Amino acid sequence: MADSLQPVEDPSRAAAIRTPAVIAPGHTFGTVTDKISAIVLARKTPLGWYAGFGTAMFFTLLLLVSLTYLVLTGIGIWGNNIPIGWAFDITNFVWWIGIGHAGTLISAILLLLKQTWRTSINRFAEAMTLFAVACAAVFPVFHTGRPWLAYWLVPYPNTMNLWPQFRSPLIWDVFAVSTYATVSLLFWFVGLIPDLATLRDRSQSPVGRVIYGMLAMGWRGSAHHWHRYETAYLLLAGLATPLVVSVHTVVSFDFAVSIVPGWHTTIFPPYFVAGAIYSGFAMVLTLAIPIRAVYNLEDFITMRHLQNMAKVMLVTGLIVAYGYLTEAFIAWYSADRYEGFVPLNRMIGPYAFAYWALIFCNVVVPQALWLKRVRTSVPVLFIISLIVNVGMWLERFVIIVTSLHRDYLPSSWGLYSPTFWDWSTFVGTIGLFLSLLFLFLRFLPMISIFEMRTILPEARVGE
Amino acid sequence: MKQKTRPVPGPRSPRKPAFWRALEERAGDPAFQEHLYNEFPSEIEAISDPVARRTFLKLMGASLALAGVTGCTRQPAETIVPYVRQPEDLIPGRPLFYATAMSLGGVATGLLVESHEGRPTKIEGNPLHPGSLGATDVFAQAAVLGLYDPDRSQTLLNLGDIRPWSAFLGTISAALTAQRPLEGAGLRILTESVNSPTLAAQIRDLLARFPSAKWHQWDPASREHVRGGAKLAFGEYVDAQYRFGQADVILSLDADVLGCGPGSIRYARDFAARRRPEQADRMNRLYAIESMPTSTGARADHRLPLKPSAIARIAREIASALGEAGKSGSGRSGGSGESGGAGGSGGAGASGATGGAAVVQGFSPAIAKWIDAVAEDLQAHRGSSLVVAGDGQPPAVHALAHGINQALGNVGKTVVYTQSVEAEPTNQLDSLRDLVADMNAGKVDVLVIVGGNPVYTAPADFRFAEALNKALLRVHLSLYDDETSALCHWQIPEAHFLEAWSDARGYDGTVSIVQPLIAPLYGGKSAHELLAAMSDRPERSAHDIVREFWSGSGSSRTLPAPPANEEFDASWRRWLHDGVVPNTAFAPARVQVVPGFSPTVEPTPTTHAADDIEINFRNDPSVLDGRFANNGWLQELPKPITRLTWDNAVLVSPATAAKLRAAGSPAFQGGEHGQIITDLVELRYRARSVRGALFTVVGHPDDCVTVHLGYGRSRGGRVATGAGFNANAIRTSDALSFGAGVEIVRTFEKFSLACTQYHHLMEGRGMVRASTRDAYVRDPKSVHEGDETPPRTITLYPNYPYEGYKWGMAIDVNACIGCNACVVGCQSENNIPVVGKDQVLRGREMHWLRVDTYYRGRADNPETYFQPVPCMQCENAPCEVVCPVGATAHSHEGLNDMVYNRCVGTRYCSDNCPYKVRRFNFLLYQDWNTPSLRLGRNPDVTVRSRGVMEKCTYCVQRINAAKIDSEKESRPVRDGEIKTACQQACPADAIVFGNLNDPASRVAKLQAEERSYALLGELNTRPRTTYLAAVRNVNPALGE
Repeated sequence: MADSLQPVEDPSRAAAIRTPAVIAPGHTFGTVTDKISAIVLARKTPLGWYAGFGTAMFFTLLLLVSLTYLVLTGIGIWGNNIPIGWAFDITNFVWWIGIGHAGTLISAILLLLKQTWRTSINRFAEAMTLFAVACAAVFPVFHTGRPWLAYWLVPYPNTMNLWPQFRSPLIWDVFAVSTYATVSLLFWFVGLIPDLATLRDRSQSPVGRVIYGMLAMGWRGSAHHWHRYETAYLLLAGLATPLVVSVHTVVSFDFAVSIVPGWHTTIFPPYFVAGAIYSGFAMVLTLAIPIRAVYNLEDFITMRHLQNMAKVMLVTGLIVAYGYLTEAFIAWYSADRYEGFVPLNRMIGPYAFAYWALIFCNVVVPQALWLKRVRTSVPVLFIISLIVNVGMWLERFVIIVTSLHRDYLPSSWGLYSPTFWDWSTFVGTIGLFLSLLFLFLRFLPMISIFEMRTILPEARVGE
Repeated sequence: MKQKTRPVPGPRSPRKPAFWRALEERAGDPAFQEHLYNEFPSEIEAISDPVARRTFLKLMGASLALAGVTGCTRQPAETIVPYVRQPEDLIPGRPLFYATAMSLGGVATGLLVESHEGRPTKIEGNPLHPGSLGATDVFAQAAVLGLYDPDRSQTLLNLGDIRPWSAFLGTISAALTAQRPLEGAGLRILTESVNSPTLAAQIRDLLARFPSAKWHQWDPASREHVRGGAKLAFGEYVDAQYRFGQADVILSLDADVLGCGPGSIRYARDFAARRRPEQADRMNRLYAIESMPTSTGARADHRLPLKPSAIARIAREIASALGEAGKSGSGRSGGSGESGGAGGSGGAGASGATGGAAVVQGFSPAIAKWIDAVAEDLQAHRGSSLVVAGDGQPPAVHALAHGINQALGNVGKTVVYTQSVEAEPTNQLDSLRDLVADMNAGKVDVLVIVGGNPVYTAPADFRFAEALNKALLRVHLSLYDDETSALCHWQIPEAHFLEAWSDARGYDGTVSIVQPLIAPLYGGKSAHELLAAMSDRPERSAHDIVREFWSGSGSSRTLPAPPANEEFDASWRRWLHDGVVPNTAFAPARVQVVPGFSPTVEPTPTTHAADDIEINFRNDPSVLDGRFANNGWLQELPKPITRLTWDNAVLVSPATAAKLRAAGSPAFQGGEHGQIITDLVELRYRARSVRGALFTVVGHPDDCVTVHLGYGRSRGGRVATGAGFNANAIRTSDALSFGAGVEIVRTFEKFSLACTQYHHLMEGRGMVRASTRDAYVRDPKSVHEGDETPPRTITLYPNYPYEGYKWGMAIDVNACIGCNACVVGCQSENNIPVVGKDQVLRGREMHWLRVDTYYRGRADNPETYFQPVPCMQCENAPCEVVCPVGATAHSHEGLNDMVYNRCVGTRYCSDNCPYKVRRFNFLLYQDWNTPSLRLGRNPDVTVRSRGVMEKCTYCVQRINAAKIDSEKESRPVRDGEIKTACQQACPADAIVFGNLNDPASRVAKLQAEERSYALLGELNTRPRTTYLAAVRNVNPALGE
């Protein structure tokens, strides 16, 4: 494998068997490179980009305002209270981390499984991962009562010989998320190097040449370079693979390790991982569909990609649905009065609307994906992907808030409602995410040029 | 409006001035006069008006600036160098305790006050005082905050202008000189109930000098009907003291005798001591007939909810049942000699039953059965039974209760009559009515109001404010610049009882010398000094006045002979040290129910229809009659039963609310543990109306509303104003405690009530375990039916060996009366901040200790249980393992310690706490700026900042202080040496703390009792705080 750059699957043959193909026919090395690099280098920045970026920046600024006010005033500006110590903050954290999952899955696991169709979506899926993790990281830091001391969660040597408390799942979170962010960044950057060199070579502006040149780290495209590159990339893929499972497993430990009824569940790790992939793919679809329309990338992100992603969503959606079922069943089967109360309270309690909306979004709607007609309809797919995103956010909200709001002692039962600042922080992170994405689309090749070239028929010279 | 425009003062207005500033003044134009006197309104007033309570904390800072603006206040001397000569006994860092007493409603409770370097910080009960026995109520616990309240009246004001004391002396002496030829015919003194012998002597001296002057009394917190009942029954004013220790069967007729009123702290202790199921044959039995559910009703073995007017009828039924039975019973026992208790009681029962059938017409069979059973039970316990009538019940009911007690032979055993604790018991309603009439008739030239706030508290039909304006010179001595101050010419800041010398009688007459703990913060004057100013020796200090009185140079009528002069000094010191003057308790008075008194006499026939809605006025359990309305601790204290904070409400039963189609429901913001959105209703009563929020109370009788007084203040501090509605606006003199014919009208507006616990059902979770006495005697384990606690072997790890001390706590659910003294005690001891209504609505109150209230049984009349919940100090603490920074950790003595400065505030510990006892500083709740509040803090407890989790520490500062003491003496800490703040405050002795490793300790013995259980023990958290199950002594004739 290491010495072969060739993809094993022949896209033209694949096209013959099951249309559509992963790349539209008629492309050559040159057209692929031209088309993708032109978005960054040659094409005039569309007005829509400015509008989109401006809007996203507005919400990013809203995030900055919210966080500043938060640091100045305290967590009390949110709706959290005593039974419900965590609410929007951790809901958003888990949601963003989950979204980040598709990137690693596409880039690492699908690479190892030699799913070449991943090639045209992996770059921005990875970028999405990074941005999602950045958004997620906002919450654990700023949800603390004294965010300026949040660094105490990091084990660093100090004169007081004080260490974090390693039994706490929050410390595991620190390790899991920071590892994940580091590996994802490396993976993404390493994958970018050959394309950065292409941009450096093609850039007309001296500034671009310098910046892309520095980022390309002296890539010349020699056989040695390719050899080492491939080795490194594969190794990173191998490193990243367990992270797909580990990150959300560890995040689920935040809940599973506690004794809160509704959190204390052994099914959480697989159920969270499936949910993460589910929401990750939904988010990739949500982003890919408009991007391919705006930048005319239907040639590269074909119906095949959309269909495959729809299928992954269907499968993970079914796993998640099974998780809901098991959760309710075990709660009843345990004969524990506290556990047994939780699903009932979710279904008929004050937050029943959230639970049933979640079931509708995550279980009912995705069943439409069984139909090929749905999977091949771009607007319907887009709508379903949005619904699944909402559903997965609701899932975290339901898990966190409905478990906490009525736990053991009825005297302490309470309710939670988000304040303006809860919403502004959440919407602000979406703004941050989109701002980073717009910058990425503008300044970096959103599709891997060199990998796209490898799936062209021309690339099969070795055979 | 009223507080904005000051009335044109009488004495100074009409004459044309010799020197004038404007033609209008020369012309004597009233508008100009008003303008003239309003030119310099007080600065406080300018900002105090419609300030929302949520800004209370913020504004406290501003008041410092205002204190500076007022400028002329004499500040306490500041010491900027260490003591050159250390005062005797004072070791920096070690608190001193001084005995004093607090009077409320004319009855004093003895206190011990903790003082840190001259600053009183914490109030405890005085164990030597019979009315306290070391415990306190919420009002005493909260008095520290009252002392340091920055909203207190701080300067002597004349029409809003700051004046020196000498200016007032000039005015008053001129006024008195003018009165001298009239023998004081225009002089009136209005006081609250006076239980200070010295003050009474001063007033009598004044009256001796001005024979035509009058002394009026009006104390809304005192007990008008109690006095009336005694007068009716005995023809004279006497006080009833109850001996709950000797009472086997107790009937309460709408009396919250454990929860409030004179001696209630003592009564709660005596009552609880007879409730220990381990001594099942000593258990007393309490029947309660009541309207508004109270602590007493909650502890009753049988509770009957009835409209207040119906209680008089029931009392008569019981009296007549007993009267007949009593006569025949005594006759029979006289005749048959020692025929045995069983026969006697059987006969009594039979006659009671026949009598019952005859008299209990008009009541449902269930109530008739109830009456019979109670009558029979009382009859069977002649001499060891007790009937107590409630403060709100009319005098006739009190007289009936006295009659029944006498008929049952209880007098001298369970009830003792003594002369009144009040110096001058009188019909205060008539007294106030006379004053109003005199003022309206223009007979009052000088009115001196010593304490109280009659403009706010007087019955609405008296139109006291209008009448007051007709008095020519009006002087008001009070702690706050309140509604009454606004209408008076002179507002004299009153010295808080912790700042002043005085004396006071406790519920049994025991005298305590009230000694100050600190010089008056704002130069306040005590009532003694005000009365002295009106005497011929105006500059005497309160200390001299009180001391002179007791040394015998003052007048004394009913007091023991003073010790000889050379001994007086020693005695005086002893009295101050002990907090009680020995042998001053009243001896039992020999009184007989007047022969002509017949229990069937009903002075006020009820003419209204049976389904008329009745209104029941009660003093608020937290702010009383409004005098504590500016106390944030008390405002934020969840009231017993309703769990409401910051507001009063129109309290009705769920059925009545349903009839009105009004209801409350939890809002999403805060929910059951914060915000209840409910209907705003208008109460219309006798052409007056007031609007308040409706709130349902389970166990409240139908077709009846209860409203609490003390709210809806328009003036008197930033905390007080704006909270709740003013029930006094519809309270008239003929319906002081209750009346019929109120109309409740929905307004279709909504109101948010801050309620810390709206869900009172246990959901089958066994938080409170309860049983009946018989079941418990048969099988003590029966209380734990259906609950399990895992064995201590369920663990992967070896159990930690706790050597040395192993602290633990036992809380007796059977004893707890839900009075909240522990909650305020904890707040005071541990520097717990007040968060304001806005934050309570969001479910963020900070109390480390809460009193959960649960219902069991019937929906319309449930059993009520109180469960104080502090931190459980779990051995397997779920909070500890999840803290990422190790800010909460286990000590080797088993305490679950909080390290505030390590806490980053992830709130994970709180999420994982099954008891939800952790409290988070969501915002900066603590007031770091107001200097007076800083003085009141406990220096041994960290003041927490925002973003930090906190919780009960078992008062670790007290543990460590005791350990240090014991180590210096090379001995272990003795059992009982450490008392947590909650334990110390508890009147019912329901909380016991100590070392579990000492098998002889009280707590170890209690935890070894059969009815001991761990809350949520099935989680294997191994809590160190455990509970003792409740056991009710049910009358078998009535069943559960």
